Amino acid sequence: MMEQAILTDVDLAEKFPQKVKRDERKGYEGYLVDADAFLQVAQFVRDEMGYDYLSSVTGVDYFPENYLESVYHFYRTTGGPALVLKVQTPRDNAVVPSLVPLYPGAEFQEREAWDLLGIRYEGHPDLRRILMWEGFAGHPLRKDWREPYYEEDGKPFKSRWPDGHVYRIEDKNPFHKNVDYPADFDPDQWAPDNDASLYASLKKIQSSLSDSGLKTDTVIVNMGPQHPSTHGVFRMVVLLEGETIRALKPVMGYLHRNHEKIGERNTFLMNMPFTDRLDYLSSMSNNFGYALAVEKLMGIQPPERAEYLRVIMAEFTRISNHLFAIGSLLNDLGAYFTPMLYAIEERELILDIFEAVAGSRMMCNYFRFGGVARDLPEGVYEKMRDLAYERLPRRIDELDLYLTNNEIIRARCEGVGVLTAEDAIAFSASGPLLRASGVPYDIRRADPYSIYDRFEFDVAVRYHGDVYDRYLIRMDEIRQSIRILQQAIRDLPEGPIQSGKPQYQVRVPAGEAYGRVEAPKGELGYYVVSNGKPNPWRYHVRAPSFVNITALETMAKGNKVADSVAILGSIDIVLGELDR
Amino acid sequence: MTNDELNQPGYEIPPEIKNQVAITTIDRIYNWSRRSSIWPMMFGLACCAIEMICTAASRFDFARFGMEVMRPSPRQADLLLVSGTVTKKMVPQIVRLYNQMPEPKYVVAMGACASGGGPFKEGYNVVSGIDNYIPVDVYIPGCPPTPQALLHGLITLQKKIDNQTLREARWYKKDVSEVIPVPVLGPDIMDPREYELIRQYSQQKSATTVSEALEGESNPV
Ligand code: SF4
Repeated sequence: MMEQAILTDVDLAEKFPQKVKRDERKGYEGYLVDADAFLQVAQFVRDEMGYDYLSSVTGVDYFPENYLESVYHFYRTTGGPALVLKVQTPRDNAVVPSLVPLYPGAEFQEREAWDLLGIRYEGHPDLRRILMWEGFAGHPLRKDWREPYYEEDGKPFKSRWPDGHVYRIEDKNPFHKNVDYPADFDPDQWAPDNDASLYASLKKIQSSLSDSGLKTDTVIVNMGPQHPSTHGVFRMVVLLEGETIRALKPVMGYLHRNHEKIGERNTFLMNMPFTDRLDYLSSMSNNFGYALAVEKLMGIQPPERAEYLRVIMAEFTRISNHLFAIGSLLNDLGAYFTPMLYAIEERELILDIFEAVAGSRMMCNYFRFGGVARDLPEGVYEKMRDLAYERLPRRIDELDLYLTNNEIIRARCEGVGVLTAEDAIAFSASGPLLRASGVPYDIRRADPYSIYDRFEFDVAVRYHGDVYDRYLIRMDEIRQSIRILQQAIRDLPEGPIQSGKPQYQVRVPAGEAYGRVEAPKGELGYYVVSNGKPNPWRYHVRAPSFVNITALETMAKGNKVADSVAILGSIDIVLGELDR
Repeated sequence: MTNDELNQPGYEIPPEIKNQVAITTIDRIYNWSRRSSIWPMMFGLACCAIEMICTAASRFDFARFGMEVMRPSPRQADLLLVSGTVTKKMVPQIVRLYNQMPEPKYVVAMGACASGGGPFKEGYNVVSGIDNYIPVDVYIPGCPPTPQALLHGLITLQKKIDNQTLREARWYKKDVSEVIPVPVLGPDIMDPREYELIRQYSQQKSATTVSEALEGESNPV
């Protein structure tokens, strides 16, 4: 497809003098781009330099310096490190050109930055709040915005440590709960938005529909946030013509738990257990990404045994996550709970291992900067070996036998919800969703981290990009994970599990880092900015579920409304990380 | 209630109809049937919902307690298991679901979040416990509560039901139960019952900001 030669190693600062500068702040990388030249530079980066994949868009509030910064991480789908571009804009009039026309995958990420930081992306087709509701007062991630339960800028709060004169924060709030209202506000005069802006954007599409001579009526149907097959509190608003989906708008934020605001108050280590609660089905992978990002900033490496333990845990997580995903996809297709019971049975065995090493089934909090928290207790090694060599391979074959060629599954999945390779890249899809569309992009191979370069495994790829291939690819990936597990368990060396002494308070030098891993659901990235203080200045999570959902409308359009459930199930979202 | 118990009500039953009639109180038979067939609503909020699914599935299986029928519709459910973080954006829907459930209805707050805000309590979009809005029968601690803890919570609920009497349960009173007003999404979440308070607060706030500004003018720093 890419016939033209790709320019490597262009110095953008030389190519665009005056407009682009190298980012020379200590510990920072990439380029600073002028807002008015940004689209031109981005076009060059995409078309000439081959950075076809926009991984992450986010913003940072540099409050003391009085500007906001929009940060972009680009990658090539052929592999290699990131290109980082930044656009700075004044705080009181923050405007940045939108990248959606070039990279449609920026759509929701830009909306998020608008919602939480108040950066207005000019040229965005549908710039509305995404996690909070329309009408909410303020942009909460700005550094001068304070939540109703505000105590101090950073933890540990003086009320808790070192003396521990704890009080209940409710007692200090006039309403005794977590609310605050602006001055001169009269609730009786308030007209709630009630999704008016959402429906308005659908109406626009509705009015553009009348192309065929036949007069048809369209209806708008809400699915969720309380719906048995939206995998949590997710909501889709679909515009139907007959039973056919003409437009679909995901609505989210029903589980927005302010991960990033809390993360910026926490100390670095305190964030580790919070990452567990992002994608709560695969906490070990979440730990992994965050540990990598902070280790990059600190410049430390975990010892050998810890690296192996990390890989083992991450791959077990992938298996348990995919089992759950397959089980719930079949639930959504109507095979009510029977396959799920089989899948959960195996997952429980993996959770037993997690419980033994980490002390908790789901919220493992197992990784530390420069190692892992605990070594394997007695008997766990044997259990892991049995699972990886004996039980799991057999059970996967069994699932395969019962499910893969089942007539109903094939009828409902094949050819449904197709996402082409071009679209998948453009929408910044990642993980199984991207690979089922024929793009062999797996961070473990494309931009290896930890010790993945030592193991033999294949990057699973499927080429049809439909629901069925997304089901198959999860089966493939389970098999590959088992291969990695077998090698890692076989080679697990003896030795320490922590580099240096375990510490509660780590020293993190000033700078920025983007750590990313191939989480079971796709690319999980952490963008961390430190200013040398005990708390991160900025802590952003690039969640795979959140970005993958950008492609949902494209996949669902033209399908029947009943299929939207299957399509959503095949993306495999988790609301904890979608809404954060 | 075992068969034996049913047949030993403390009255003399003629031997020829033993094992054919049972004498009991309305309270006991009501409570027994209700506690043995609690239908939870199929409604997951966050991480805790995953443990709820596990409790329903292969290993733990709460069908053993008569609860396997999970209903996605509130109109068929007896139990609202609030399994996870309650956010301000979600709470209007939860209150609405609660209002739609037919009585008798019970609420279990599963996990730290639903009970009191949990690890995310200080967040600007997080409600410090669902009991700020709807009445809760059983609280289950944990983050997430293990399946065993959830089972224990459900058994506790069964015990609570065992002790109810027709005379006191609120759904058997003559008057109609009150509907809980649905919170409104304003600049922050607003409980319609608190409008007066909100108005006072925000007037006071503007008064203090004005006086602060005046103070700043009179003695410039
Ligand atoms: S209590 Fe813990 S596990 Fe449960 S929803 Fe809250 S954060 Fe998640």
